[in-house]
Amino acid sequence: MASQQLAKNFKQSVVAALWLSFLTMPLMVIRVDTVEKTITWRWMHLLWMLVGSFVLALVWYFLMDRRDRGGANDGNLNTEAAPSRFSIWLNNPRVARPLMAFGLLFAVAFPFLFSMYQTNILISALIYVVLGLGLNITVGLAGLLDLGYVAFYAVGAYAYALLNYHFHLGFWAVLPLGGILGAFFGILLGFPVLRLRGDYLAIVTLGFGEIVRLVLQNWDAFSFGPSGISNIARPGFFGVTYSVSQATTYIYYIMLAFVLLTIFVTARLKDSRIGRAWLALREDEIACQAMGIDNTKAKLLAFAMGATFAGFMGVVFAAKTTFINPASFTFMESAMILAIVVLGGMGSIPGVILGAFLLMLMPEYMRAFSQYRMLLFGATMIVVMVFRPQGLIKARRKIYKVNTKPAGQA
Amino acid sequence: MSEMNSAAVLAVRNMSMNFGGLRALSDVDLEVRAGEVVALIGPNGAGKTTFFNCITGIYTPTEGEILATARDGKTHRINGMRTNLVCELGMARTFQNIRLFPSMTALENVMIGRHCRTKEGIFGAIVRGPGTRREEQHVVDTSYHLLQKVGLEQVADEYASNLPYGAQRRLEIARALATEPFLLLLDEPAAGMNPQETLELKEMVIQIRHEFAVSVLLIEHDMKMVMSLSDRIYVMEYGRVISTGTPAEISADPQVIRAYLGEETDA
Amino acid sequence: MEYFLQLFFSGLSKGSVYALIALGYTMVYGIIELINFAHGEIYMIGAFTGLIVAGLLTALGWPALAILAIAVVVAMVYSGAYGYTVEKIAYKPLRNAPRLAPLISAIGMSIFLQNYVMLAQTPDFLPFPRLIPDLAFMQKYNSFLGTSDLLIIVTSIVVMAALNFFIKFTRMGKAMRATAQNRKMAMLVGVNVDQVISATFIIGSSLAAVGGVLIASHMGQINFYIGFIAGLKAFTAAVLGGIGSIPGAMLGGLVLGWTESFATGYVSSDYEDVFAFLLLVLILIFRPAGLLGKQRAQKV
Repeated sequence: MASQQLAKNFKQSVVAALWLSFLTMPLMVIRVDTVEKTITWRWMHLLWMLVGSFVLALVWYFLMDRRDRGGANDGNLNTEAAPSRFSIWLNNPRVARPLMAFGLLFAVAFPFLFSMYQTNILISALIYVVLGLGLNITVGLAGLLDLGYVAFYAVGAYAYALLNYHFHLGFWAVLPLGGILGAFFGILLGFPVLRLRGDYLAIVTLGFGEIVRLVLQNWDAFSFGPSGISNIARPGFFGVTYSVSQATTYIYYIMLAFVLLTIFVTARLKDSRIGRAWLALREDEIACQAMGIDNTKAKLLAFAMGATFAGFMGVVFAAKTTFINPASFTFMESAMILAIVVLGGMGSIPGVILGAFLLMLMPEYMRAFSQYRMLLFGATMIVVMVFRPQGLIKARRKIYKVNTKPAGQA
Repeated sequence: MSEMNSAAVLAVRNMSMNFGGLRALSDVDLEVRAGEVVALIGPNGAGKTTFFNCITGIYTPTEGEILATARDGKTHRINGMRTNLVCELGMARTFQNIRLFPSMTALENVMIGRHCRTKEGIFGAIVRGPGTRREEQHVVDTSYHLLQKVGLEQVADEYASNLPYGAQRRLEIARALATEPFLLLLDEPAAGMNPQETLELKEMVIQIRHEFAVSVLLIEHDMKMVMSLSDRIYVMEYGRVISTGTPAEISADPQVIRAYLGEETDA
Repeated sequence: MEYFLQLFFSGLSKGSVYALIALGYTMVYGIIELINFAHGEIYMIGAFTGLIVAGLLTALGWPALAILAIAVVVAMVYSGAYGYTVEKIAYKPLRNAPRLAPLISAIGMSIFLQNYVMLAQTPDFLPFPRLIPDLAFMQKYNSFLGTSDLLIIVTSIVVMAALNFFIKFTRMGKAMRATAQNRKMAMLVGVNVDQVISATFIIGSSLAAVGGVLIASHMGQINFYIGFIAGLKAFTAAVLGGIGSIPGAMLGGLVLGWTESFATGYVSSDYEDVFAFLLLVLILIFRPAGLLGKQRAQKV
């Protein structure tokens, strides 16, 4: 039985490998230069394609069989057979608490244990944790596929850069403003897309993100165009001057505090009246409204909350790199943040954190992979959707404690 | 029945609904009085669900008046009112093709119904002060109580999508009740249920009506249930009300028999 | 007047290419209600395939028009094959999943294909040979209508006429229309829906390839990123015309082409792409059904 299956998969994989090799042959093998009139043949690539696609096809068919036999992922995310041993282990408070304490201790000690270079990388990862958690509100909880999320990030970054340039406003003065501006733009975008269905909403948000980027790129008088803004001030610390490495450590702690705050806020929101309304909105818009929830308000709130975090992070980003230009805010950035949320698990806070670390740190520490980064991101999004739509860590719903004697009646 | 003379909680007058050139509802008059169970019956495609959609604000009727009298005694014209406000006013519905929130637990589904009766905001949610915690606990407790009423307390923490069909229908009713309605609108609550489940459902509706003092307007195809449960019945065909009366009157009306059984050649 | 005509015809040729790509979006959406995000990349792959064929045949010394014809045909075949494969990998397994799932998968596929071409070929712009010669009789119109513009317009008209014939009169075309109206019902009366979906992807993808090769030859350079913007614009065209409607896609393409052409000609050329996106946002907000689309009542 099993061997029969294996033979079938083997045959299918051979066919798939041949087909994919045929498909990729021209692009992988041939390279032409029509000016110099030269043609380069790279036959080795074909061999790699044959072997690589065969292996991948085997894995694909194996997973496909498992999925179809389980029948679990076909639309209904809730019929998981049993939580994995790992997640049971992770959910045990006797494991989870020391683990979290250790993680926090490690995070606090990090800048003293590792180089400034490493700290910088971690700062970036932490920024993406917050961005991921912010987008998780809009996409994961409320189910509004926002593909222009990076626009809010840009709003925060440019707010700080410009206010710093023109009025010498400091980091701490602009930080709250970044959040507020983010929320404001979130609502600005939210209003027109309120009536749109899921896929149209995705496209409009994408268009919005591109418009913001194109305006920043072309409106030289306002944004200094493609060359961007440099010499942005780092965060101030009661007027004390400090070195670059001290500044890095300082920003690191700011980010660490921010991550904790974001986790706290999003966790609280998720299990609140508003969080439940977002979930209901995601699950069934019509039923949601028919049960007395104001969809308009819930959607605007989701956009605004998500955008607020992006606005904050924009300010931090500008202060960290001291230089910004429109190239930092392309659609690929939005796609990356979306990949974090999707891989981690839509709606799941630990999932999104894990997703951010995986997707941000892996390419950094596997240099050989760094040029394949976006390729892998794209592939990840497909594979996760097909085989594990709930992501790495599935969002769990809270189990409420009931006072068995009801206090009053409805 | 005894409530015959009480005031109307829902009064629909001359309501029509056009979709482009198609007239889905035509001059419909309908009334539900306080405490009544009213049934809306008719062949498939007669416009019953369209009627529900019109009175709950999903569609805006082309002509006519819909007047609803809330618990506070005030009468509102609700033509084209936003769906969530209709619900907040006190008219809660279920759906013909069950619309629960599949990846939320049964308890949470009911808690959603409490949304419009509670008011915790974003800052309350983040700070979670004593007021918020009290409100949350109250929401949980009342929701659980409602699950008990429909016999689903055992599966409170199950995902709604994992419940059997009949349980999903009852969960929808509990969710609607959580919004504290004065009028409960049930769209084919017994569809897909076996006779035993249908019987239990009927008992449940009767009990709910007394305990929560709600009026009920239901669309149903199960004639046995309709006849034994309703105070009055409206019969629709091709978007019009063709007959109305008590179950006894309706079952004797030749027009109704014709609508259901087709034209008899030698009548 | 000459300036106006110049803008008119450049808008027309641009618009015809948008229309060619938009057809792929609209056909796929009509049948499986999915925005095929990777469609722009299929167009880009068509252009690259065309470049490779052109490079090989130029080395053999073939005449330009013959090269163009062969490049278009090969690009159509390859893009069609890519479209077919993309559907099988990224969309078919998700046919019963919640709506967001295939959309995210499509975005992933788009990113994947872009980076695949970037890694397999080059991140830089590649020069594309001019395969469309200047014809002698076009000399006197050259001030406002180039040969390549004319060729693009004529080819697009021919291809779209052929598509219309196919949809209206062939067996597969009828099956497609049936599936678009009601997939379940089509299945019940014996239409092989899988086959119809595959055919839709293949046809839409090959149409995009025609546009890819023609525009690449017209512009003279390509890179892995051209599909993203072109795809977005073509999607705008599809929505503008009314997504799901084939004449709508053609009309939408033309309207968008002219809008861009005149706006950049008379207003400002810096914001060419902004005009398109603005148009997209405005239509979706004020007339989401598009110019020729039908407003569908929501089922409750």
